[in-house]
Amino acid sequence: MERIEKFIDNLPSMDLMRSEKMTLVQLIIPVESAHRAISYLGELGLLQFRDLNSEKSPFQRTFVNQVKRCGEMSRKLRFFKDQISKAGLLSSVHPVVEPDLELEELEIQLAEHEHELIEMNANSEKLRQTYNELLEFKLVLQKACGFLLPSSNLAGAEERELSENVFSNDDYVETSSLLEQEMRPSDQSGLRFMSGIICKSKALRFERMLFRATRGNMLVNQAPADEEIMDPLTGEMVEKTVFVVHFSGEQARTKILKICEAFGAKCYPVPDDISKQRQITREVSSHLSDLETTLDTGIRHRNKALTSIGYHLTQWMSMVRREKAVYDTLNMLNFDVTKKCLVGEGWCPIFAKAQMQEALQRATFDSNSQVGIIFHVMDAVESPPTYFRTNHFTNAYQEIVDAYGVARYQEANPAVYTVITFPFLFAVMFGDWGHGICLLLGALVLIARESRLSTQKLGSFMEMLFGGRYVLLLMSLFSIYCGLIYNEFFSVPFHIFGGSAYKCRDATCSDAQTAGLIKFRDPYPFGVDPKWRGSRSELPFLNSLKMKMSILLGVTQMNLGIILSYFNARFFRSSLDIRYQFVPQMIFLNSLFGYLSLLIIIKWCTGSQADLYHVMIYMFLSPTNDLGDNELFWGQRALQIVLLLLALVAVPWMLFPKPFILKKLHSERFQGRTYGLLGTSEFDLDLEPDSARQHHEEFNFSEVFVHQMIHSIEFVLGAVSNTASYLRLWALSLAHSELSTVFYEKVLLLAWGYDSFIIRLIGLAVFAFATAFILLMMETLSAFLHALRLHWVEFQNKFYHGDGYKFKPFSFALITDEDD
Amino acid sequence: MYGFEAMTFNIHGGYLEAIVRGHRAGLLTAADYNNLCQCETLDDIKMHLSATEYGPYLQNEPSPLHTTTIVEKCTLKLVDEYKHMLCQATEPLSTFLEYITYGHMIDNVVLIVTGTLHERDVQELLEKCHPLGMFDSIATLAVAQNMRELYRLFLVDTPLAPYFSECITSEDLDDMNIEIMRNTLYKAYLEDFYKFCQKLGGATAEIMSDLLAFEADRRAVNITINSIGTELTRDDRRKLYSNFGLLYPYGHEELAVCEDIDQVRGAMEKYPPYQSIFSKLSYGESQMLDKAFYEEEVKRLCLAFEQQFHYGVFFAYMRLREQEIRNLMWISECVAQNQKSRVHDSVVFIF
Repeated sequence: MERIEKFIDNLPSMDLMRSEKMTLVQLIIPVESAHRAISYLGELGLLQFRDLNSEKSPFQRTFVNQVKRCGEMSRKLRFFKDQISKAGLLSSVHPVVEPDLELEELEIQLAEHEHELIEMNANSEKLRQTYNELLEFKLVLQKACGFLLPSSNLAGAEERELSENVFSNDDYVETSSLLEQEMRPSDQSGLRFMSGIICKSKALRFERMLFRATRGNMLVNQAPADEEIMDPLTGEMVEKTVFVVHFSGEQARTKILKICEAFGAKCYPVPDDISKQRQITREVSSHLSDLETTLDTGIRHRNKALTSIGYHLTQWMSMVRREKAVYDTLNMLNFDVTKKCLVGEGWCPIFAKAQMQEALQRATFDSNSQVGIIFHVMDAVESPPTYFRTNHFTNAYQEIVDAYGVARYQEANPAVYTVITFPFLFAVMFGDWGHGICLLLGALVLIARESRLSTQKLGSFMEMLFGGRYVLLLMSLFSIYCGLIYNEFFSVPFHIFGGSAYKCRDATCSDAQTAGLIKFRDPYPFGVDPKWRGSRSELPFLNSLKMKMSILLGVTQMNLGIILSYFNARFFRSSLDIRYQFVPQMIFLNSLFGYLSLLIIIKWCTGSQADLYHVMIYMFLSPTNDLGDNELFWGQRALQIVLLLLALVAVPWMLFPKPFILKKLHSERFQGRTYGLLGTSEFDLDLEPDSARQHHEEFNFSEVFVHQMIHSIEFVLGAVSNTASYLRLWALSLAHSELSTVFYEKVLLLAWGYDSFIIRLIGLAVFAFATAFILLMMETLSAFLHALRLHWVEFQNKFYHGDGYKFKPFSFALITDEDD
Repeated sequence: MYGFEAMTFNIHGGYLEAIVRGHRAGLLTAADYNNLCQCETLDDIKMHLSATEYGPYLQNEPSPLHTTTIVEKCTLKLVDEYKHMLCQATEPLSTFLEYITYGHMIDNVVLIVTGTLHERDVQELLEKCHPLGMFDSIATLAVAQNMRELYRLFLVDTPLAPYFSECITSEDLDDMNIEIMRNTLYKAYLEDFYKFCQKLGGATAEIMSDLLAFEADRRAVNITINSIGTELTRDDRRKLYSNFGLLYPYGHEELAVCEDIDQVRGAMEKYPPYQSIFSKLSYGESQMLDKAFYEEEVKRLCLAFEQQFHYGVFFAYMRLREQEIRNLMWISECVAQNQKSRVHDSVVFIF
């Protein structure tokens, strides 16, 4: 025993097995170097700050103004980004690397740029409006002339003169004055007209409203405009309709005017005389082309400004984000009494202490501070966060474990074993080396493009696939391995490792299906003999093999789980858990299912015909009876009785002692004192050092006992049900191989039986799709989920608490863009 | 939907009920209001709101903020949510949702007509209209000279048309007539809504009749108080009360003859649910009455969420959100005008 302990102590320490040792540190930072210190720490990214101002609302904190300024700057940057994307420019992929600006300079620059941009926008908008008006006028002229032609000779000379005057003024913006002119009574009959332009979507309602308002005493002509006009507000192209309303009477005029106004219809005067019309059209066109060039220059100018902003945009954005993060962190710090220092607390891994001290010194030096930053370790009351250092490869496995629950601080990390056991159990269910090769190719593509894919944004599905690329890699490698053992390549067996050990009884092979084959040489060297395929006893043979294999794998993995609970108990120095939990659990599981595994191995080795169901069932029902034919080895009956007794003893062993001992220790600790909190808390520390001082709550015996009872019952029942649960390995593997057999035989071979090229092609296509979508995607997913369950439930419930919390360091590298 | 809502409600209404309950979870809590009341500037308010569901709506506003911007953006959020729900809704929920907006439509019509009467700019008036109560021809209302024209030209297309049947007169539009028109319309609207809810039956009818009855009673009290000392005759006043609610019909008889606020109080205190409201006020005071009514309403609206499988939650949510926006407007105004001591005067905590 001593030697084993020694051996265990001398084992090399495993980095992944235990989370990093953390320590609570306190920083006392002089105000002048605070910002720099925090940003250096952010670059280092190994300190998780604790919010010391959690009772204050965000705007009562110290650096709220800076945070607000950062918010304002990021708003401006968003505005730029929006403008750039609206202008159809691409923000440059390679940002110009510039020395870091000061925040104040950047703020000024941003304000300048914004001002400039807004001014440009306003200018171009004004131009655009003028342009639109002219364009609309032109359209109205083009269309309305058509309606007005018959009545052109009714027009009075007076109006012509007036409109001429107006147009020679070059004042096209003043449409209101035009309107005034246009409303002159045109002739004695009192019939007048008004022309204008309106959005197509509103035209119908407009007409109806006119009809109602004038009680039908009007006539509307409409024609769709040839060109679309840009809406200056939204920047979208809008279809418009030109209309001409004929009406009579002064009252109707005011009404129509109001309605026009309400519908956003613009009225433009149209002279009746054709020559005038031509002249005006000419003038308007020339103005239009002038304006167009001005507009174009404006846009070009604006685009240039935007491009120059775009060069720096990414850099500025990341800088503002970092600054905001720094100030958010500074807001978590407390001012000390003298108001000259900021006091911060946080968790950091012990290995990083030297790096942090170095960074802090650098900060002191760089900011020319007289006083250094004080950095010291504090005692922690609460449990530290859990931090595992992972790499590309192990990260995905750690994620799988964390999805169940983050490990308690320094508890044994199942991810270490998951790296291999997870893909392996997956492959047991997915054993087919043809499918394995397909998966491998997919995984290799993802890994080969790693550097490229990791920078770009992926869809949620691709993201998941990419994140699990190394899981996929190992899964596919193990599927190839298991597929070779099962000897299946898209469900077809191959003679890879030499010839089959079996042959037909005679040359014709006529009775192969009925009488069976004979063995004529050494067993097939690796995996399942290909001759089993298609034989009468194929399924019984494979089922027996896979079922037994599942039980062996399951018992092994559960034993590993219980052994890990031993290591946990050792690590946390809880001899109580070892003696009254680990030992009886080991005994219980192994005396029942360990024994079963032993029987399986013996049966395989000796080739015995014994019925293991019978052995296991009668071991409970009548342990003293003779085993008869089912005896596998000498002394089996005696061993069974001993094992059964051991299992029976183990149940009360894991149920009763622990709560009573806990109670005794508790009452000893207080020794009849009512107030005993001041005493040494040695026992507490021994038991659970991670929650050292939080363990002052009342000791409630019934609660502890019930908890222990639940735990024991769960283990005892779980031993049976978990072992049965591992049979899913067999079931899924069976389902997979049967399904692929069906696709191969009933689709591909059937289609190949026909002599038609088209049917073969269709058969091949159906087979390919079924393989890709059902076998490679659905089956992969289901095998993945079952492997996940086996790890989360059957394996981890033996030892894993998973009630810790993750280490979230303040790190610039982890700040993500919240806009995306 | 007659007593068996639980069986079939979720076929059409389940998704939207989930949505609306989710929205309700985003309403500001008392803790939020406490924080908001401590704000020093409008930027502080924006900063606090950016942590709530209003965040995305306010984040792109440049820094010198105005109260109107905050209110506008918050209303925009409500409108977006409403539109989303309306798009997803099927009959009869979509009609129910549309009914919710008719009140705003009436207010908007009255606003425009009053505004044009006082020769205000139509565009300016349009900006003040509640976006939920917009309809196509609202801008052209200004053309109307009297009620008959108003109806015949514009409102005949809108859902409000049936409510107008009672108030078509050829009288010119003046302040008094408009106010009477508003209340007649509102009366008709509430009665119609009430009837519609009764037709839906089940829990919807039960809860909505309670909420609408409260609304009708509150309007009756307000009409009474506002018409004291005006030339409105008792009969005319009586005609403006909705024909349902707790006060109908005997309470209305009493309210119709009230001549001062204490008589109103006397009439109302006979009804236990309103007794508690009036007991909070001292005699002769009517200033705080609004707030007391709002508080009672909020309490009732919150209770609507206690039951499942009914449409009342949609009504309740819209009303609660509107109350929240009123609160935000009040707080922002107080902060902007440095009147922080008055912040609590009119803020009604929802939770």
